Amino acid sequence: MALFFLRRFGVMVITAICLTFVVFFLTNLYPNLEKLAKTQGNFRMSEEEVRNWLEPRGYLQSTPKKYAEWLGVAPSMRTVTEDGRVLSRCVTPGVDPATVGDYCGLLQGYWGYSSVFKVPVGEQLWKWLGLTGYLMMWALIVTVPIALVIGILAGMREGSGTDRSLSTFSIVTSATPEYVSGVVLIAVFASSAVGLKWLKGSSAQAMENPTIDNFLLPVLTIALFNIGYIARMTRASMTEVMTQQYIRTARLKGVNFTNIVIKHALRNALIAPFTVIVLQIPYLLTGVVITETLFNYKGVGWGLVQAAGNNDIEMLLGVSVVSVVIVLLTQLISDIGYVFLNPRIRIS
Amino acid sequence: MEQLTWFGAPGAIFAWPFYIAAGLFFLAVAASLVGYFGNVAAAMAGADGAKAATAKISSLAASLAKWPGLVIAAIIVLYCVLSIFYGAQERGIAGNVFMRFGPVWITMIAIFAVSIALKKNLGLYGKLFQSPVGMIGFALVVFWVLTALFGAFDMIVTHDPLDQIARLKNDPPGSPLPSTEDGEYPWFLLGGDNLGRDVFTRMVSGAGVVITIAPLATFFGYIVGITLGLPAGYYGGRLDTILSFLANLILAFPVILLFYLLVTPEIVQTGIPVFMAAVFFIFPIVFITVLLNSRYKVLPHIRNPLLAVVLVLAFWLYLSTVSDTTRNPGTFLDFFPSGIDLFNIPGGVLVVFIAVVFVNSPTIFRIMRGLTLDVKNRDYVAAAQTRGETPWYIMLWEILPNVRGPLIVDFCLRIGYATILLGTLGFFGLGLPPESPDWGSTINAGRKLLSVYLHPAITPAMALLSLVLGLNLLADGLREQSLKD
Repeated sequence: MALFFLRRFGVMVITAICLTFVVFFLTNLYPNLEKLAKTQGNFRMSEEEVRNWLEPRGYLQSTPKKYAEWLGVAPSMRTVTEDGRVLSRCVTPGVDPATVGDYCGLLQGYWGYSSVFKVPVGEQLWKWLGLTGYLMMWALIVTVPIALVIGILAGMREGSGTDRSLSTFSIVTSATPEYVSGVVLIAVFASSAVGLKWLKGSSAQAMENPTIDNFLLPVLTIALFNIGYIARMTRASMTEVMTQQYIRTARLKGVNFTNIVIKHALRNALIAPFTVIVLQIPYLLTGVVITETLFNYKGVGWGLVQAAGNNDIEMLLGVSVVSVVIVLLTQLISDIGYVFLNPRIRIS
Repeated sequence: MEQLTWFGAPGAIFAWPFYIAAGLFFLAVAASLVGYFGNVAAAMAGADGAKAATAKISSLAASLAKWPGLVIAAIIVLYCVLSIFYGAQERGIAGNVFMRFGPVWITMIAIFAVSIALKKNLGLYGKLFQSPVGMIGFALVVFWVLTALFGAFDMIVTHDPLDQIARLKNDPPGSPLPSTEDGEYPWFLLGGDNLGRDVFTRMVSGAGVVITIAPLATFFGYIVGITLGLPAGYYGGRLDTILSFLANLILAFPVILLFYLLVTPEIVQTGIPVFMAAVFFIFPIVFITVLLNSRYKVLPHIRNPLLAVVLVLAFWLYLSTVSDTTRNPGTFLDFFPSGIDLFNIPGGVLVVFIAVVFVNSPTIFRIMRGLTLDVKNRDYVAAAQTRGETPWYIMLWEILPNVRGPLIVDFCLRIGYATILLGTLGFFGLGLPPESPDWGSTINAGRKLLSVYLHPAITPAMALLSLVLGLNLLADGLREQSLKD
C-alpha cells in the first residue's frame, strides 16, 4: 500500500515538472518576450533595442537554463549596468540588490514579480486564491447535497415519474455551460430592463463584502452545471446498486424500502460519486474562470484572464502552477479515497 | 413599416386560453411535487396511511398536468399554422421567425415521416424513434443541422451577418429598418446588437460555424484517439505506459489554461498551432492506410491500386489543408503551389479546430484504451488470433466494430462538449475573429451590456443551450436503445 502511494506521488511530481516546463516554454516564446520588452520599455523599440532590453535581464538564455532559474535550482543571471543598477529576475523594484541571494525561484518561495499588477506574484496569488477558494467552497456547499439528493431520488426507482423529471432537470443543467447559465440568471434576476431585479449582475463588491445580493448569482452559475453532472453520475451508480443481489435479498426478507435505500444501497452507491466530485474540481476551475470574468469577481480565474491578456508572464506561470497542483492533488485524493472507500480494493 | 409585437394578431386570439392552460399546468406540477415530497416525508416518518394518501394526490396531480400540457402544445401548433395566413406585419415576431424557418420545418417533417415509416428496417437509427427522449434530441439536432445547411444557402437569414445599421444599435426585437430598399427584409426580427447588426441573422450564421467545426473537430479527435488507443490497449506494456502518461499530462491541464496558452495571438504568430495541425492531420492518413492495408494484405492485386489512389487523394487533401501560402510565408508550410491547393482554412478557424481536437483526443484515447482492454480477451479475438490474423486486422476489423455502441453514444456527447468548448473560446475572444457570428463570440459581445440589453446575448445563449441539450438527449436515447439489444 505504501509503495502504491509512493509510486503515485513520484508520478505526480514528474507530471508537475513536465507540465510546468511546457507552460514555461510556451509563455517564454520569443513573441511573448518581445511584447514584454515593448510594454516594459516602450512600444517603438526596434528589433535591436528589444534584444538589448532582453539580453541583460537573462531572457535570452536557453529555455532549460531559464526554467532551472525559475525553479530555483540554478543561480539567476545577474548583470550590472554601466550606471551601477543590478538587473536580475531576483531583484524586485524597491529591494536592495545586495540583500538578494543568487538563487531565487519556486523552491526558495519566490514566484517572480508581476509586470502588470506591479506586486510580487506570490503575494497577489494568495489573495486571489483566498477569494476563489471562498467562491468554490460555497459552490460545492450548494452543489454536493443537491446533486446527491437528486441523483439518489432519481436512481432509487429507475424509470419512475420522479426519475424522468429529475433526470430531465439534470440533463438540462449539464447541457448549460456557465456562460449560458450566467447570462440567463443575470437576465432573470439582475437585468435592469426586464426581469425580477432581485440581485446584482456584478460581484465587484463581493470581495470585501459578500452578500446574497452580489454573491448568490456566481455561486449558482457554477453550481448549476456541476449539479447536473454529479446528479447524473450518482443516479447511474444508484440504479446499478439497486439491481444488485443483496438489495433483492433485503426486499425479499421484508425490509421496508426506506431502510433498503438508506442502510443498504446508499453507502455502496456513494463510492462512485465521491470520485466524480473530487475529479470535478479541475472542471470547476474552468467554470470559475468563466464565472469570475462574467461577474467581475477578482479571483484566480479573473487573474488568469488578465495575466494572459496582458502578457504578464510570471503571473501566468504562477496561476498555471497553482491550477496544475490543484488538478494533480485532486487526482491523488480521488485515488486514495477510492482505495479507502472501496472494500474490494482495500482488502486485496 | 411599424414595430412588430411579439405574437401579433393570431397571438391575441390564443392569449387567454394560453394563460389559463399555463396556470393550470404549473398548479398541477406544483401539486405533484408537493405530493411527492409529502410522500417521501411520510415514508421517512413511517406513517403508512399518510403515505398512501399523498401518493394518491401526487399521481393524480401528475396525470392532471398532462392535459394543460397537451393544450399548450396544441395552441403552439395552431398559432404557427394560423400565422401562415396573416400578413408579415400582423404575424408578430414569433410568427415571422416561424415562417423564416419554413424550409427547415418542411425538411424535418419529411425526415421524421420517412424515418418513422421505415423504422423497423433502419437498425439503431430506427430504434431511436421508439424513445421519446431520443426523438426530441434528434429533432433539436436535426433542426440546427438544417438551419446551418439552409443558412449557408442564404435561405433563412434576413440580412447580412456583418451589415451594420447604426440607427438600430441595441434596438429591441421586431424593430423596423429606418428605410428599406427593394427586396430587403423590413425588420430586425430579434433586434440589433451593439454594432447594429441583425441578431437573428447572426444566430443563424453562427449555427453554420458551430455545426461545421464541432462535429469535424470531434471526428478528428476520434481518429487520433482510436489510432493511439487501440494499440495502447491491445499491446499494453511500455507503449501503453508512455501514451497513457502523455494523455494524463494533457488531461492535467485545466482546459481554459490550455486555450490561453495555445490560442493567444503571440503563440499563433510562432506557428505552433499550425505545426500541431500538421501533426494531427497525419493521423487520418495513417488510420485509413492501416485500415485498408490490414484488410487487403492477402489480396495484393486489390490492395496496391486501392492504397495508391487513396494515399494520393489523402495527401493532396492533407497538403491543401496544412499548407497555406498566405498564412505562413517563409515557413516550411507554404510550399504547396497555389494552383493545386484546393482550399485554405482561415487561420482563426484552424487554430480553434486544433485546440478542440487537442483537448478532446486524450479523453477519447482513454475511452478507446479501456474498451480495448475490456474486449481483447473475448473469444472472437482469440479466434482471429488462432486464424493468424495480423494485430492491426484484429484491432480495426474485430475490436473496433464490436465496441461501436459506447463510441457512438460518446460521440454525440462529445460533439456537445466540443460545442461548449467552442463557445468558451468565443466567450474569451480567443481564436475566431471578433466579428465572427459564432455563438460564443456573440455572447461575449453581448454580455458587456447584458444588464440593459438582453436580446443580443440571450439569443445565441439559447441556441447553444438547445443544441447541446439536443445532443445530450440524443446520446441518452441511443444509449437506452442500444442497451435494449
